[in-house]
Parts: sequence; C-alpha cells; structure tokens
Amino acid sequence: MLEWRRRREPSPAMLYASPLIAVVLTMLIGMIVFTAMGYDGFHAVRDIFLTPFLEPQRWADLGVKAAPLVIIALGLAIGFRANVWNIGAEGQYIMGAIAGTGVALATYDMTGWWILPAMALAGILGGMAWAAIPAFLRVKLQVSEILTSLMLTYVAVQGLYYLVRGPWKDPDGFNFPQTRMFTTDQTLPVMMEGSLVHLGIPVAVIIALVAWLLMEKTTAGYAVKVVGLAPAAARHGGFSADRVTWATLLASGGLAGLAGLFEAAGPFGQLTPQFPTGYGFTAIIVAFLGRLNPLGIVFGGIVLAATYVGGEIAQTTVRLPQAATGMFQALLLFVLLATDVLVRYRIGWKVRAA
Amino acid sequence: MTTAILVSIVMTLVAASTPILLAALGELVVEKSGVLNLGVEGMMLCGAVAGFAVAFSTGSTGLGLVAACGAGIATAMVFAVLTLSLTANQVATGLALTIFGVGVSSLIGAGFVGRTITRLGPVFPAALSEHPLLRAVFGHDIVVYLSLALVLGVSLFLRRTRAGLILRAVGENDASAHAIGYPVIAIRYGAIAFGGALAGLGGAYFSLALTPMWADRLTAGRGWIALALVVFAAWKPGRLLLGAYLFGAVMTLELQAKAAGITWLAPELLAMAPYLATVAVLTMMSIGRKTGRLDAPACLGKPFSAS
Repeated sequence: MLEWRRRREPSPAMLYASPLIAVVLTMLIGMIVFTAMGYDGFHAVRDIFLTPFLEPQRWADLGVKAAPLVIIALGLAIGFRANVWNIGAEGQYIMGAIAGTGVALATYDMTGWWILPAMALAGILGGMAWAAIPAFLRVKLQVSEILTSLMLTYVAVQGLYYLVRGPWKDPDGFNFPQTRMFTTDQTLPVMMEGSLVHLGIPVAVIIALVAWLLMEKTTAGYAVKVVGLAPAAARHGGFSADRVTWATLLASGGLAGLAGLFEAAGPFGQLTPQFPTGYGFTAIIVAFLGRLNPLGIVFGGIVLAATYVGGEIAQTTVRLPQAATGMFQALLLFVLLATDVLVRYRIGWKVRAA
Repeated sequence: MTTAILVSIVMTLVAASTPILLAALGELVVEKSGVLNLGVEGMMLCGAVAGFAVAFSTGSTGLGLVAACGAGIATAMVFAVLTLSLTANQVATGLALTIFGVGVSSLIGAGFVGRTITRLGPVFPAALSEHPLLRAVFGHDIVVYLSLALVLGVSLFLRRTRAGLILRAVGENDASAHAIGYPVIAIRYGAIAFGGALAGLGGAYFSLALTPMWADRLTAGRGWIALALVVFAAWKPGRLLLGAYLFGAVMTLELQAKAAGITWLAPELLAMAPYLATVAVLTMMSIGRKTGRLDAPACLGKPFSAS
C-alpha cells in the first residue's frame, strides 16, 4: 500500500517543482474535461498554454496582460505571508482607476509631463484608501478583512457604474456610459511602436525586484514573515502585528490601485462599465502559483496571462467559450493546492507492522 | 390598498432572504465543526447552474433542486478532500472554490443565457396561495418552508442531540475530540457536505425561483453575505434567521426604491446597500462583542491531522 508520510522539513525541491507539476496536470485535466464536453481538448490546451509562447506576435499581449496581474499579486503575496487576506484587490484596482481618472478629467484641457505621475499617485492613493477601510476595521475592531475587503469590491463596482453613467459621462460621447478618452499626456507611453506594450510592463518587473529585496533582505520583510508564521514569537520579538496588518493592506491596496490606473491609462484609455475584468481575483491565483515569492510571481503572472491570451486564441480556433479561461484558472489553483501536499508529505510504501 | 402593498413587500422579503438563509445555515454547521469554507459563493453558483440545466432539460423544477444539492455537495467535496485529506490552506482553497464556481457556472451557463424555465410555484392550493391576505403566509414555494424547517432542525440538532454535541466538540477542540475517539475528519466531511447541499439549494433558488432565467453570476455576492451572516448570528441558528430576514429587508428596500422610481438616489448607489450593510453589521458586531473572539468555534479554520 502507498501511504503519505509527513516530511520532517518541507521539501525545497518540491516547493519549486510543484507549481510546474500543477501547470502540467492542469493541462492534462483540462484536455480530458474539454474533450468530454465535446470540444477539441488537445488543441484547446495547446492554444491556451503553448501558442501564446510560440508565436512572437503574442508576446506583447502577454506582457500587457501579465503586468497588472504581477503588480497586484506582488502586493497580495506580501499580505498573505503575514496572514492578512486581502481578497478585495479588484475593488482597490477599480478605486485606483477611479481616482486616477478623476485627475485625468480635472486636467483634460491641460498639458504637461506632470499629469501622468499625478494620475499614478492618485491611483496609488485611491487603492490605499480603499484598503485602509478593512485595515482599520481589522486592527481596531478585529473585523475579518476577508469579508470587508470583498464587500467593498461590490461597492467599488457600483461606484464605477454610477460615475460612468452619471457625473463622469463623456459630454460628447453620444450618451454612451463612458468617460472622455484620455489625452496623450494622460496615457501611458508605448514602449514599442505599433504595439500595446506600455510603461506598466517594466514597472511591474522593477516592483517585483524591489518587493523581493524588501521581503528577503530587510527587517520589515522579516517582520511580515514572522507575524504570519509565528504570531506569538512576533510579539516576543517586538514586531507589531497591527503595524504589519496596516502596512501589508496599504501596500497591496496601493499596488492594486496603481495597476488599475495603468490599465485605465493604458489599454482602456478611459473608464467604461467593462473596466472590472477580474484581474484582482486572478492575481490571487498568480500569488499562489508564484509561491508568494516576488520572483515566482513574475512567472505566475506570465502563465496566467497566457490563459487570457490563449483563451482568446482558442475561442477562434476551437470555438471554446470565453468562460473556459476562468475555469482553467480555477482548475490551476485547485491542482496547485493539491500538489502542495508534495511539499509537506512524500509518498512511500506502507511498512506492515509485525 | 396598503395591505396589498404590505403583503407584496412580505413576499419579496421572504424570497430575497431564503437563498442567503439556506447558504448561511449550511456554512454555520460547517463552521461549528471547525472548518471555514469561503467557497459558499462558488457552491451556490454551481448549484444554480446545475439546477437550471436539469430543470431546463427535464422540465422538472423539483429535479432541478435535487441536482442543485448534488452539485453543491460535489463541489464541497473537492474542498473537503483538499483541506481535510491533503491539509491545504482553508482560506486559499475556499477562494479557489469560489473562482472555480464562477468559471464553471458561466461555462455551462453560456448555453442557457436567456433561456427560461417554469418557475418554482407555491405549495398550497390557489385558495390559500392566491388569497390577497393569507398568501403572505401560504403563498410561498417549498424551499421557503424547507429553509424555515431546517433552521429549527439545525438548532435542535446542535443543542439537543448527541451528534450535535460531538460536532461542536470537534469544532471547539479537535485534538481532545480525536483523543476520546471521535472521527474528526469524517465528521468534518459530513458537515462540509451538508454545507454544500444547502449552498447548492440556495444558489438554485436564484435560477429556479427568483428569476426563471439564466444570467451569468446571478448570485451577485450573496454567498459572501451568507458568510458574514454567520458571524452576525454569532453561530446561532435563531439569530441567523433574524439576520437573513434583515438582509432580505435591505434588499427589498432597494427593490422597492427602484420600483417607486426614486430619482434623487442613483440606482447604482442603492445597489451598494446590501454590501455596505454587511460591512456595517460586521463592524457593529465587533463593537458590541463581549469576548475577544466573538463566539467563533475555537478551532475555526485550523487544519487538523491525526498523527
């Protein structure tokens, strides 16, 4: 008989191998499920997981999709390390975009290099403000940040609908529910001619490096990990759990807000009711796939970006419904959580007791 | 005239409260056994789509309800295997379950968008169910009465039965319960299955009773409100009933305000009400609490492995 045996120490090899195993298993399971549903499962999986990497003209698109996922996931991962479960990143992402758009609409007849940085700052502050509510409620009143941050996401979505249908509706927009288009000074500079590749992509990489340095090389990063792993030890060590809660929620909110602003001032170029695309939720999967490690998250972001880009390809090639992308993403997280068991356990033959 | 309006308000209120009540009641039992399943929203969506698909293809709403329970249990079992047998993180797995439910329901539901079914009808004969006054009491469908019976049943089960006592013991102190010989993991599997069945049923209430038409993500976060309700109710079924109907009232108010054509408040701002109310209620619960950890089961969310 095979049995699970608990490892004395978590296996470092499995720690890095299990996300890869999870991706491969997800491809296999996906293939079976979609074949069973009557689609061309083999080509669906190939188009979702491989085609985006094999065709160079898709790389720009991968980067554009990966950037917001990576930026949001970096913030979330820091919180998850400290057992702070901000699952309302989608709301902070929307609030960041709203705050940045507020600056854009106030400056639409102005020009200047300072406008975009001001929008970015507003985006960060907007996301932070939205995350400050769950932070305050958790620190002062021990209210679960899981529920409050998620509830505030629904509030943010309605707020966005209200603004684009009401006060912020483009006066020259034929009554469509959308804001004015942003001007050149309000749009992220394009890095490659003729593509959508914008400034957000290098910024995501830089933030990943900074986050890695912060988590691995500074006392602050150490405090976050200790508070998450051993709250009692953290208290003895003089690390304040409240300060870590504040810091991680504000950091993740600010990063989600920045990602939202990048998306508004990049691919969208305005705010529309279609703006909430669920990146804030997908970023949770990215954070876990990246093992909550900032550099791993860059890898995770690219994989999840491929499911978006590849999902679109599979829509045309094998007529896979758009919703299949979401199912693949969720399946990936399930399989990842399941393969995690390999980190803590190993499989061995059961020794019969005499 | 006013009584007619009052009766119609009662009908809307009951209908709006029932799905959250069901989902929250299931989650209450799950949490009493010491497990935090954040996947309520996902299980509700799976139940909603399974119920609709079966009702649409067989023409039987009753079979749809059964299928919804089945789908809820099936998804809950995925959570149970991951968290109980593979000791995965409960928060992460619950989130995965919700993301999964959103994905699966919109994948399967894509073929049903805009299709309609016969709505779940009232249980009692027309003489009672269409009576202008008595319909406030007798005009509801089977799920409404079932939900009320279940509140009573769960309340009695937890407080008056031996099995209920064991379930609570497992949630309060899993190590001791294990030491005196109770099968902690098996009991938690059972509780999670029950939670899944009720969440599935609650989800199907949206697609089979409230709107007899399929729409993507039709539960709109009610699963999360159900989770908050369990905290509000301090893990007590009686208070859960009160809480669910309070939320039903908030949602009814939103609908009535829309119907009355209130223009000074935008519909989007009204739509925020249930979510803001949830945050407000959670906050007030914490301000009003006496003990440090509310009344949460002591082992809530902690993994258990018998070694």
